[in-house]
Amino acid sequence: MHPVVKTVLERLGLGLATLFFVSIIIFSAIEMLPGDFGQAILGQAALPETVAAFRQELGLDKPAYIRYFDWALGAIQGDLGTSFSGRNASGADRSAEVVDKIAPRLWNTLFLASMAALIAVPLSLILGILTALYRNSFFDRSVNTATLTTISFPEFFVAYILILFFASLNQIFPSLANVDPDTNFGERIYRTALPAFTLTLVIVAHMMRMTRAAIINLLASPYIQMAKLSGASQTEIILKHALPNAWAPIATVIAFNLAYLVVGVVVVEVVFVYPGVGQLMVDAVRTRDIPVVQGCALIFAVTYILLNLIADIIGIVTNPRLLHPK
Amino acid sequence: MKDKFIKAQQEKLTLGAIDRRQFMTSAIAAGIAIPTALSLASDAIAATPKKGGKFRMGLGHGSTTDTLDSGTSENHFTLVNGYTFGNHLTEINNEGKLVGELAETFESDDGKTWVFNLRKGVEFHNGKTMTSEDVLASYEHHMGEKSTSAAKGSLSPVRSIKADGKYKVIMELDSPDTDFPYIVSDYHISIRPAGDMTSGVGTGGYIVQSFEPGVKSVLKRNPNYWKEGAAHFDEVELLSIVDPNARQTALISGEIDAMDRVDLKTINLMKRNPNINIMQATGTAHYTFPMRLNVDPFGDYDLRMALKWAVNRQELVDKILLGYGAVGNDIPIGTANYFHNSDLPQREFDADKAAFHYKKSGHSGKIQLSAADAAFAGAVDAAQLMANSAKKAGIDIEVIREPNDGYWSNVWNNDAKGWCACYWGGRPAETMMFSAAYVAESKWNDTMWKTTDSAVKFNQLVKDARKELDESRKRDILYECQRLIYDDGGLLCPLFNSYVSANSKKIAHGKIAANWDSDGAKCVERWWFA
Repeated sequence: MHPVVKTVLERLGLGLATLFFVSIIIFSAIEMLPGDFGQAILGQAALPETVAAFRQELGLDKPAYIRYFDWALGAIQGDLGTSFSGRNASGADRSAEVVDKIAPRLWNTLFLASMAALIAVPLSLILGILTALYRNSFFDRSVNTATLTTISFPEFFVAYILILFFASLNQIFPSLANVDPDTNFGERIYRTALPAFTLTLVIVAHMMRMTRAAIINLLASPYIQMAKLSGASQTEIILKHALPNAWAPIATVIAFNLAYLVVGVVVVEVVFVYPGVGQLMVDAVRTRDIPVVQGCALIFAVTYILLNLIADIIGIVTNPRLLHPK
Repeated sequence: MKDKFIKAQQEKLTLGAIDRRQFMTSAIAAGIAIPTALSLASDAIAATPKKGGKFRMGLGHGSTTDTLDSGTSENHFTLVNGYTFGNHLTEINNEGKLVGELAETFESDDGKTWVFNLRKGVEFHNGKTMTSEDVLASYEHHMGEKSTSAAKGSLSPVRSIKADGKYKVIMELDSPDTDFPYIVSDYHISIRPAGDMTSGVGTGGYIVQSFEPGVKSVLKRNPNYWKEGAAHFDEVELLSIVDPNARQTALISGEIDAMDRVDLKTINLMKRNPNINIMQATGTAHYTFPMRLNVDPFGDYDLRMALKWAVNRQELVDKILLGYGAVGNDIPIGTANYFHNSDLPQREFDADKAAFHYKKSGHSGKIQLSAADAAFAGAVDAAQLMANSAKKAGIDIEVIREPNDGYWSNVWNNDAKGWCACYWGGRPAETMMFSAAYVAESKWNDTMWKTTDSAVKFNQLVKDARKELDESRKRDILYECQRLIYDDGGLLCPLFNSYVSANSKKIAHGKIAANWDSDGAKCVERWWFA
């Protein structure tokens, strides 16, 4: 078997094992959450007997390990269970399937994440290569200062500053990114512009500096000096000789930031009223809607594992030494 | 004389009987300067509802579990949405008065049998004509064993409901209740066509186009709306914008025309914006600190009295509500209620009286007060302020910060805690508020004020008030009920909070109702674009 294929399969197996452990952690962490769905939803009207009836109806009186296997077996088949919420104080059942609740929101989140990534990834790669090329110049220093400034501020602050300048003082973009399934593609891009810019500003520094560092690091190695001595230009050295060896660390950091875009943007969603999956999860935690919390956490875990897997694979397949075994 | 003439001309102008030019001519003829006449004309025109426009409103509520079934309505988003596409048998108008809505008139001889005479020629959005059959079906949806409606409890006194012909409905109660017509104005009990209680077909001024729970509701004007002088906008978009900052930014940047629940911390900045109006309405909502009489030491009359005198109410209004509210007088009835007892002297901070009663109670040591912001925003701070002012009277209050989580089951209305913070939305009728939390049989009786002589008398008087058809006798009884709570009850009610909302200056409206936020939650059918 080709060593690349073998390594990829190995990583895949490890990913699945990680997912299994993560599912146990998710389940037990949620078990340990204080509070109770019945009490959270009934509020002022929570009487002991109604809470008990609620727990029984939802199957919360069963032992934890039985509930774990029920949930895990369902999740493997793509069934994340039925949401708890939708049952009100009077017991009305208008609960929805977790999958139906998460799917449209996940699509919104992925849309915003891809938009931010489409701006941020090329931008940080180009900036990273340019700053490596012209390192220690005025250009390098100003790009570094600017990106480090934007990453140092909390994202809601960046968001409010953008709102102030681009929605409030100059009304160029809308401050509400309230898209719905009927919103057409162009309108969707226009409405999500400010949140996408916010996310871009928050993640560019990390990826840009990693690219710069990885390349500069390589420039000191003997084979680059060899290339230099053979008369290759600076651009040629960076693009042809340094970059192929730098892909692994860059891919890792890009994967890390992409995963962040999917799982960690709840603050940005709240500020721009964007109906994404982060807000859904926070709502669910607040109301103790356990199936939705578990579903979201599992999807987030899969995202992390998958993106890291891809980064690993990119690291392997772009590594010239692995690609051309002797 | 001149004023009267101008007023009459203004009315003609608003009705369209004369035009602006004719108005100006007659105003100048009456000796009024041109600029004044011009502004008089604009005032008159602005006060006339105009049709048209798309109204977008941002609401601080809304969740993914919302539906169009009025029986499950539980937050302000569903309330406003429900009142926009549906009607009820009665309604509370913007003056706070109960009037007929789908019931043209309603009457009772004994307070026990109620006759509702339905309006004729009212059409549902699906074209069906509304009759007593639909009213019966709608009420059955909220009544009976299997009903899951949140209005089940308030309709439990209804023993039977039957139709008398197509346009008359008769309801029989277990015991007399002269305030029953208030109950049927409740936002839960919307009239829907028989056989379809959940899809959002109503008789209201707007027809639901699309509804996305927790995101938005899109509606369009009902061209056949029966109510005159209502539903002026062509299209409506209600948006759920839970973050106060996002809501305010949307209003400032013109993406919405109105919003509820302004953040008081930034209200002064909002006020500076020349395109925005801030509105406040003090209604029936209030913040309380109920003392449980069955938990030591709150069973003691003097101790309760000492604490009631030890609170600096004005300070709480200034610091907790930032001025947007009114002081409470230890009764759960506010000035917006029709039979509010205004004869009771306003209780103020009085260290001497507090110390006198405290000494008389013979209590010593700390008194524990539990609070969490789950009760109301700023509850913990309010408790600290109370502890500070009580110290001046020599009373030692220990504030216990409780977790928000499980507050309503572990702290409030729980014998483990004798004294805690709470809030009430209030009720339009006095007997309804008493039934909710102050009569002996209520499960929500958070003061456990049941067995003292005054409490026994109070319970009897509430029953009498429900039977009383004569207004002045009813007033006497309800005044006495309030005096009993004021004097002997376990209720410490220092604050009536205002509903504070904001809208674009493009919006015009009449007098704002105070029974709910957003003009009685009926702003969509009441407001218009100037």
